[in-house]
Amino acid sequence: MKLHQALVLLAFAAVLTMAAMQLPARGDAASPANRVFNTRGEPVAGAHYISHAEKDAATPNMVTVILADYRSFDTLGETLVVFAGGIACLFILRRLKP
Amino acid sequence: MSWLIEVFLFVLMVVSALVALRSRDLLAAAVTLSLFSFMAAVIMASLGAIDVAFTEAVVGAGAVGVFNIVAITLTTRESRD
Amino acid sequence: MIEHARPFDLAADRCGPSSSPIIRIASRGLAPLIQIIGLYVFFHGHYSPGGGFQGGVLLAASIILLRMGLGFANTQTVMPSGWTVPLGAVGGLIYIGTGFFAVLCGGNFLDYGVFPMPWLDPPHLHSYGILFIEVGVTLTVMSTLVAIFDHLLDG
Repeated sequence: MKLHQALVLLAFAAVLTMAAMQLPARGDAASPANRVFNTRGEPVAGAHYISHAEKDAATPNMVTVILADYRSFDTLGETLVVFAGGIACLFILRRLKP
Repeated sequence: MSWLIEVFLFVLMVVSALVALRSRDLLAAAVTLSLFSFMAAVIMASLGAIDVAFTEAVVGAGAVGVFNIVAITLTTRESRD
Repeated sequence: MIEHARPFDLAADRCGPSSSPIIRIASRGLAPLIQIIGLYVFFHGHYSPGGGFQGGVLLAASIILLRMGLGFANTQTVMPSGWTVPLGAVGGLIYIGTGFFAVLCGGNFLDYGVFPMPWLDPPHLHSYGILFIEVGVTLTVMSTLVAIFDHLLDG
């Protein structure tokens, strides 16, 4: 590796490390990702899901509730993408039997 | 003290990725990539995202490793660059 | 040049059983345990980490382990090679059918609260709806991974 490439990489690593130092602490209630209300005073979707998930679907695991109930159309697309990948592999790799 | 464990995991992750890049033996590279995925899964678990960690461990370290090894058996085992 | 043996002796007979008895016995012993864990992860996804995708990948891993250890011809009774893609389509149809069943019952697409089961309250209807679509996800993921493996090795 040449010297100037190493210098560029080191500078990039320094910038990324400085940016990562400024991140809020994990589980910080005052950080923007964990607020109940956004800056305009409107309630945030995540807090609503966390407080309503078990009541709405009688399921303790709220990740499952969000994936398969609130956002089930996303999961439908994900499943169909996996299936389309299988179909593509079939068309590419299939050897036609003589 | 938990940040020390996470720094250790991150260093191990970067080292495994570098080993997988530099290795001439592609089977060793595939196994090291599985190790990389497993380290990513452990980091996810330490961050509290157990579902993501589970998916990463099952898919990244299991299924993708198997497909890499099958691709190696269909081609050659040593890399040329 | 590195002179190695093949990783496992698939080069001569890619679709046959492994020549090592350790691999054959170990794959036969491990596959039922992996299937049990896969079913547990799938059915317990409501209460613990897991769900359809992870359970499906675990079930596919058990079948792939059997295919690698025992050969293709001996494991056709576990999961026939011709059934993989149709089973994936069935899984997708279960998912979409659950959605349109909710539409037929007068709700929105994938709104499980309107299913015609009057002995259940809407939260439990949502719970069973999640279970139905997880069945579809599990079938699709399992059969798609097995189909990719089959077509990689068998053509």
